[in-house]
Amino acid sequence: MVVPPPESAAAPAVKRVEERDSVVIRFAGDSGDGMQVAGMQFTNESAMAGNDLSTLPDFPAEIRAPAGTLAGVSGFQLNFSSREVFTPGDDLDVLVAMNPAALKVNLGDLRPNGILIVDKEQFTEQNLKKAEYRFNPLADGSLARFQLFEVDITKLTAATLRDTNLPARTVNRCKNFFALGLTSWLFHRPIESTEKWVAQRFKKTPELATANVRVLRAGYNFGETTEIFAHSYEIKPAAIAPGKYRNITGNTALAIGFVAAAQKAGLPLFLGSYPITPASDILHELAAFKNFGVCTFQAEDEIAGIGAALGAAFGGAIGLTTTSGPGMCLKAETVNLAVSVELPLIIADIQRGGPSTGLPTKTEQADLLMALYGRNSDSPVPIIAPCTPADCFHVAFEAVRIATKYMTPVIILSDGYLANGAEPWLIPQVADLPEFKVTFRTDPQGFYPYVRDETTLSRPWVVPGTPDLEHRIGGLEKEYLSGNVSYAPTNHEQMVRVRARKIAGIAAEIPPTQVHGALQGDLLVVGWGSTFGAISAAVKELQGQGQSVSQVHLRHLNPLPTDLGDIIGRFKKVLVPEMNLGQLIRVLRAEYLVDAVGLNKIQGLPFKVSEIITRITRMLEA
Amino acid sequence: MSTPTVNSKLARKDFVSDQDVRWCPGCGDYAILAQVQKVMPELGVPRENLVFISGIGCSSRFPYYMNTYGFHSIHGRAPAIATGLKVARPELSVWVVTGDGDALSIGGNHLIHILRRNVDLNILLFNNRIYGLTKGQYSPTSEQGKVTKSTPMGSADYPFNPISVALGADSSFVARTVDVEAKHLQDIVRRAYEHRGTSFVEILQNCNIFNDGAFGALTEKDTKADAQLVLEQGKPLIFGKNRDKGIRMRGHAFEVVQLGDGLTEADLVLHDETDPVLAFLLSSMSPPKFPTPIGVFRAVARETYESIVAEQIQATKQRQGEGNLDELLNRGDTWTVG
Repeated sequence: MVVPPPESAAAPAVKRVEERDSVVIRFAGDSGDGMQVAGMQFTNESAMAGNDLSTLPDFPAEIRAPAGTLAGVSGFQLNFSSREVFTPGDDLDVLVAMNPAALKVNLGDLRPNGILIVDKEQFTEQNLKKAEYRFNPLADGSLARFQLFEVDITKLTAATLRDTNLPARTVNRCKNFFALGLTSWLFHRPIESTEKWVAQRFKKTPELATANVRVLRAGYNFGETTEIFAHSYEIKPAAIAPGKYRNITGNTALAIGFVAAAQKAGLPLFLGSYPITPASDILHELAAFKNFGVCTFQAEDEIAGIGAALGAAFGGAIGLTTTSGPGMCLKAETVNLAVSVELPLIIADIQRGGPSTGLPTKTEQADLLMALYGRNSDSPVPIIAPCTPADCFHVAFEAVRIATKYMTPVIILSDGYLANGAEPWLIPQVADLPEFKVTFRTDPQGFYPYVRDETTLSRPWVVPGTPDLEHRIGGLEKEYLSGNVSYAPTNHEQMVRVRARKIAGIAAEIPPTQVHGALQGDLLVVGWGSTFGAISAAVKELQGQGQSVSQVHLRHLNPLPTDLGDIIGRFKKVLVPEMNLGQLIRVLRAEYLVDAVGLNKIQGLPFKVSEIITRITRMLEA
Repeated sequence: MSTPTVNSKLARKDFVSDQDVRWCPGCGDYAILAQVQKVMPELGVPRENLVFISGIGCSSRFPYYMNTYGFHSIHGRAPAIATGLKVARPELSVWVVTGDGDALSIGGNHLIHILRRNVDLNILLFNNRIYGLTKGQYSPTSEQGKVTKSTPMGSADYPFNPISVALGADSSFVARTVDVEAKHLQDIVRRAYEHRGTSFVEILQNCNIFNDGAFGALTEKDTKADAQLVLEQGKPLIFGKNRDKGIRMRGHAFEVVQLGDGLTEADLVLHDETDPVLAFLLSSMSPPKFPTPIGVFRAVARETYESIVAEQIQATKQRQGEGNLDELLNRGDTWTVG
């Protein structure tokens, strides 16, 4: 009689447990294989296990590319650790490949002796052909330098659900949970959060909920009982700041940041948007926050999205539009109108690879110069950029605060990497968020539409419906005080200058620039946006080796911090890594006459830590 | 309901801004401005609750001359901006002033979408069938073959019929009037205001500089009675100096008939603002074969966009309670680090 040992809890004791500091794992499969779900759930489990972490999903632009092909491979990468994590990791310790195509696309990133788990049955002649393999890599010895685990994931999933009446197709779609269960066992992840998620996700189809949970547990138990895995791995909790955490993606953080800011401002939030990758999730999130008085308007196009947001701002709401590069091109006209009429407006650009449609699902940070200069005439707009997924919350908040205080459009430059990447977020206390109650002008005494606050130079926000303050605004040049249309030459120059001075003046409230490392030295790395993690990890490592390297990461890209020039001047060399051909570097060179050097990667993927280390080392040796 | 008492004190002059009107002398826009300013005090809307939003073009200077709130925006985009304002502030009375180029060329997309959404605001489209502000190029409503600076051999494109476009976009209120028909224009502006939903009003307007006499037959004293067909709800389609001509159905088409000789009003088509087929047939009537209909082509009741949006927000608040920021921040799986 073959009975699985009831004392299965004792099984791990038999198997050896190895301790690891950090692990980089990637789930890869067909875009229909549910790899994003597996990755996200593994992430939640890891967060529950107390690890610090960072994630990077990587999916094709096509919703369902032909099954089994190289174009249809979808991946989700996670770096979890007992130490501080800055990036989703360079090389993989573990690769889960659900089919030959996933193996082919991802194998190059797996480190020698890395763990490779494959779904053996998917390596059929047909699938091998689709993945452009001439020989079966499981049989030809080409995987000898890895720890290869061939698991019958498809077959075991089917066996688990044999007693159900679920159609074969549905059964097949549960196999991601087998892989998740197996890897959860391998790294001692608690699976309760996944079970809870499944129950919630399949609330309306309890038979699917049950099936997925059974497959998840089957995968977990398989790891425990099978002979294949000689040992499992433990990654101790990281020493992270005490408090309450949740895992958050950049897009979610932006969405709730906007809601929080609108609440603190005491104004309703209005989003005008047109669906575009990778920004659409912000629209989806905000559409569900109606009980916060949030109004979402899915417009007929990008132009109407921002137009409606500006109209709402005219009416006294927090006007917001969300988009990506191609949409930014279309919105330039309305951003300029907002500059001219001096109304608050938030434009969140979730950058992606370009030009044109480019790489919709891949990350890039090449819209900086467009945000700075992509409008007719002198049209200054504050620009801020988040540096991590969780930082998106604070940047959303800051954007609303600046927009309403200075009566100006504000551009947020996030990117696909931050938007979809996730990290643990120390949930702030509502009471700790800065208050900035916005008030509308109602006093007709001494009122002119363009009378300015002496400190901020911003004009008053007067909303329609206010008696005795009826006035007209528009895109024609205005007389300095009255706002009446004016073509007078000196008035125009005065207006151009005052608009520029208003935005430049924001620098006065930018906190002192944080220099990570010594305040002077051989080399300063200056970055912005989502490169923060990779740069930080690289700089930390080199500092540990005693190198004279420091780091500055810019949140405010316009205006720049007033102390930046001094800081830059205290270093012999300056390196500016960017996921573009060199945009911030142009600004820095122009602004500070500094002979900065660029490190540019334009592959739709974030920097690897090693790439930055190599470059810094070379510069220090030169 | 407290507003009319305040408002009863207002007069036309209260709606005249301190800005010099800069349209060309003789422009049809003057007449439209005057009639709109005349109607405003009658609407019972506090002046501060009126907002005029425009795009770009001669007509789009309109808000500067109204002593209300106003927003002279960008070319073609006024419907988008007006939508955001109206959804954010449903209590405001929002008016979009636009032209044939602004609304039907560069802003064509926004126009059809605001019409289908039925946002409760009023669109006054001044149609002079020419680009005036850019000095005389043909517009999307110019007749084919129009010789202008940009089309020295005549334009090659077929024009839009604004009324047909609006009906095609399922606009809930579609009307046409004429700049110099003071009383008719006032009546239509009033009807547009009273309609809940997007009211689309085409105002035929003369550009005496670049397209003088575009609607000459319609407006001249001795020809207009034969050239105009004034639409009135429930009334037969009769026109002519002697009110002796009418419109009759023949198969699926209209025909002009002479009354008398056994033909009576009973043989004529009765106007019905709720009949979509009739509205389309009327919109396609054009000279020289037919008179030009003016009046309300279509007026049907339909829930407005912003009221549905507000209802959804209200319903969600009732179901889930007023949003709690603390709860929002703490949503999903959380864990505590000691």
